[in-house]
Amino acid sequence: MSKKRLIQGNEACAHAALYAGCNFYAGYPITPSSEVMEILSYEMPKLGRTFIQMEDEIASISAIIGAAWGGAKTLTATSGPGFSLMQEGIGYASITETPCVIVNCQRWGPSTGQPTKGAQGDVMQSIWGTHGDHAIIVVTASTVRDAFDMTVKSFNFAQQYRVPVVLLMDEVLAHMRENIDWPEPGDIDVIDAKRPADVKTYKPFANDEFLPFGQGARYHITGLAHGAEGFAVSDEAAARELTRMVGKVQNHVRDLALHDRYMLDDAELAIISYGITSRPAQSAVDLLRAQGIRAGLLSLKTLWPFPDFLIDEVAERVDTIVVPELNMGQLVREIGRAANGRSQVIPVSRIDGHLLTPAQIADAAVAPFATSAGKTLGKVVRS
Amino acid sequence: MSNTLKDPIQIRFSGAGGQGLITAGVILAEAAMMDGRNVVQTQTYGPEARLGSSRAEVIISKGTIAYPEVTLPDVLLCMSAEAAKKYGGKCTPDTVVIFDSTNIGPEFTSPGRVFRLPITETAIKVGTKVVANSVALCVLNTLVPVVPRETLAAAIAARVPSKFRELNQRAGEAGEQLAAGLMTTTA
Repeated sequence: MSKKRLIQGNEACAHAALYAGCNFYAGYPITPSSEVMEILSYEMPKLGRTFIQMEDEIASISAIIGAAWGGAKTLTATSGPGFSLMQEGIGYASITETPCVIVNCQRWGPSTGQPTKGAQGDVMQSIWGTHGDHAIIVVTASTVRDAFDMTVKSFNFAQQYRVPVVLLMDEVLAHMRENIDWPEPGDIDVIDAKRPADVKTYKPFANDEFLPFGQGARYHITGLAHGAEGFAVSDEAAARELTRMVGKVQNHVRDLALHDRYMLDDAELAIISYGITSRPAQSAVDLLRAQGIRAGLLSLKTLWPFPDFLIDEVAERVDTIVVPELNMGQLVREIGRAANGRSQVIPVSRIDGHLLTPAQIADAAVAPFATSAGKTLGKVVRS
Repeated sequence: MSNTLKDPIQIRFSGAGGQGLITAGVILAEAAMMDGRNVVQTQTYGPEARLGSSRAEVIISKGTIAYPEVTLPDVLLCMSAEAAKKYGGKCTPDTVVIFDSTNIGPEFTSPGRVFRLPITETAIKVGTKVVANSVALCVLNTLVPVVPRETLAAAIAARVPSKFRELNQRAGEAGEQLAAGLMTTTA
């Protein structure tokens, strides 16, 4: 039986990075992500791994890309303002197919905003923050144990698909403490990138095989559009390469679409949420069920590539989909697109720096019933 | 006091930054975990390192805890007038409300069951106001026995630096006596 520990979301993330074999961290501290860096600053030297405090976030993302090509498993952690600075580097990581992990503990924005208040305002920035079409994977976590598991899975995805992976946390989860069963080595799979069978014929941008510098192959790395050997291409070749890169994640959406379901099998009303908002959403399902409304929850852990097929399954069966978010409505746009008119999609926003409550989500869910003819369920009683 | 503890039980610590309320929340959460229960501890604070308003919350249950924040507290501790003003009204008639009377005047009221105790003053008598959080924790746990008293004492000892262990132990005992005295006088 594994040991129980009371730990913070950020602590879970830092220790999970070590569990996944992260041996290079470069970062610049920023609330509410700083504990990830603080913990790694004293844990990594003990293990003979490399920790560097950089001068800023542009240097941080650059360092983890370079170190990845040096053969390290790399991480940086930041929050909104730093994440914005990293965007050019994230694009470079994507086009150079560099496995690396970026943890973003979201805070209220834009700009300095409210450093100690949680938000989910960086969903679109995580997916589309860097310019051009590109391959990226975006995942979330909603519990402290989840923060551990999803950090390990972020490293796995980065290695398997050779892409930057963004793990979206938020201030509430980052600083929240929960008792968790501490994972022992072997409890969670740790996956490393495939190495080429033949070093002599290795082409660094032909497939997911990854051979870092200095291990017997000669190649070129550039942010320019490039072919299999890393040298610049244009026209149809550029289109072909971009299609291949984006396809690396889009063609594996079913393998990547991590999610949880709660009371969804017989649901007539679905809540679709992600990250910390899945916590009040689950309680809202209980509130609605207590009122005799068959509610269910689809909690998305992977936000990108967007799992259309999961939304399809829900939209085929329910009349109403409620999407709670700590922003003015970001992922609800993707969900609405995927539902494609089959269900009424209702956004529920909260942007005052506090978590949505179960009652707020439940109230929003019953509001359309209250106005439809012959069915007046009224407001959910607050417990 | 009720002998049956609510499950889940929702506890809110409120006051000013620097009073050690987040530490108090973490200690109570650790004690509850040592007692074999599930816990979630959250916090809300401003950008300031000291002063400004600070809030820590702990939810304890034998079952799983989905929503991690307190909706309406079963126990509310207020350590500053600002906290009493902000949170004093956000409770039920059954909520056990603890006001630190060193910092909160009689003009502050609450619909809950209010206990007014000189927590910070007691800490100063023990040695320093820095241990007001240990006094408060043991006041709270005496009025509402959330965890066994020995478990709380062990959790406090485990969290504070060794050279302050004895000081915090005395602070905790002073808190227990403070609450026990009130319980006999109001019984």
